[in-house]
Amino acid sequence: MADCYVINRELIAMVSIIMGLLYLVLGPLFGGLVTGLDRRISARMQGRFGPPILQPFYDVLKLFEKEQIVVRRSQNVYVYFYLLFIVFTGVLFFMGEDLLLVIFSLTLAAIFFVLAGYKGGSPFSIIGAERELLQMMAYEPMVLMMAVGMYMATKSFYVGDIVTSPAMPIMLLPGIFIGLTYVLTIKLRKSPFDLSTSHHGHQELVKGITTEYSGPALALIEIAHFYEVPFLVGFVFLFFGSHWLLGLLVCAAVYFLEILIDNTFARTKWQFMVAASWVVAAIFGFGNIIILSLLG
Amino acid sequence: MTYLAKSPWIIHYDATSCNGCDIEVLACLTPMYDVERFGIINTGNPKHADIFLITGSVNEQNVKVVENIYNQMPNPKVVVAIGICATSGGIFRECYNVLGGVDKVIPVDVYVPGCAVRPEAIIDGVVKAIGVLEEKHTQMKKGAAKS
Repeated sequence: MADCYVINRELIAMVSIIMGLLYLVLGPLFGGLVTGLDRRISARMQGRFGPPILQPFYDVLKLFEKEQIVVRRSQNVYVYFYLLFIVFTGVLFFMGEDLLLVIFSLTLAAIFFVLAGYKGGSPFSIIGAERELLQMMAYEPMVLMMAVGMYMATKSFYVGDIVTSPAMPIMLLPGIFIGLTYVLTIKLRKSPFDLSTSHHGHQELVKGITTEYSGPALALIEIAHFYEVPFLVGFVFLFFGSHWLLGLLVCAAVYFLEILIDNTFARTKWQFMVAASWVVAAIFGFGNIIILSLLG
Repeated sequence: MTYLAKSPWIIHYDATSCNGCDIEVLACLTPMYDVERFGIINTGNPKHADIFLITGSVNEQNVKVVENIYNQMPNPKVVVAIGICATSGGIFRECYNVLGGVDKVIPVDVYVPGCAVRPEAIIDGVVKAIGVLEEKHTQMKKGAAKS
């Protein structure tokens, strides 16, 4: 029995290391492809033909061919740390580590992105950085409640345990699922909540936080966004425990819904974003947790 | 071929245009012409742009703005003068406040005359600009290799 347990633990450790490595290599490819598909589908929704699916990769490779202009020489350090902690977050997630650690290291990455905005020094990037902080304020309560809900549904904070648990967390956490889908719009930088930096330039904020970043530094920011996509979609996937096929289908459906929302809503003011996210988090997220604990 | 050709991002500035050429530039982005299928994006940020589309002649008021945008663009960069006013000053050439075409202030690589320019001509101009962009990139690489 003891031997069997040891082998099992070794197997789990091996699988988690392989998953982490796979994420390191395939993560940005997946993120880039999803972004490319997103741009094509958005174009079709607007009655246009749209760019090639591989366009995000062309953009990044082009940016590496450009000159790098900086306002302050130290500004790129923040971008390196942003990329580093995004990758760290993703590796933790795909290695099946603690969901709480994943959430807080994602917050740390976002803070480095905000610092990058402040370091840029232009009014556009500073307002962008402030709005990014407001966005974090808006989505953070709901994301934390997701972790609490996951624990209540599966008795574990570990991603590895959640995706192998026979129970389907969504059965107990429908409210938290709705709330998370709502704040995912903020995290994926989709309209109506693309306040800090937008996929589309030429708006009142120019390009927000990334305004002062050019060439290779901007390419690294784009790569960080690619790395972000797999685990953000992964949060949705967690709700389906070990029912992987259903999970993947729902992930695709949720992402399509995000694209649809992006193309059908105008950007809101930050006051509405914060208020609406908190109301949704209070009703769907907290309500769900209260009901669960009462039924206990 | 470099990746510059596959994702040329543009910035558009209206110097002293009557808005005729501006509207045609924006028409290129609409479903009818959809330049995003070539990876072209209107960035609105000089630091992200590769191609500077400028419409209208340059006057005393906006010389500084035109120079500033040009200087903030990272190399390699290309300037396209859109419309006859940007090319030579057009009918406003003799005005007391007009300096003339854009090339009086910054180096212009591609001239697209017309009043107003047709979107097809603008797209042609941008395609030509992509060629210049690649040339400048190879020169830049050679220069970097020497130094």
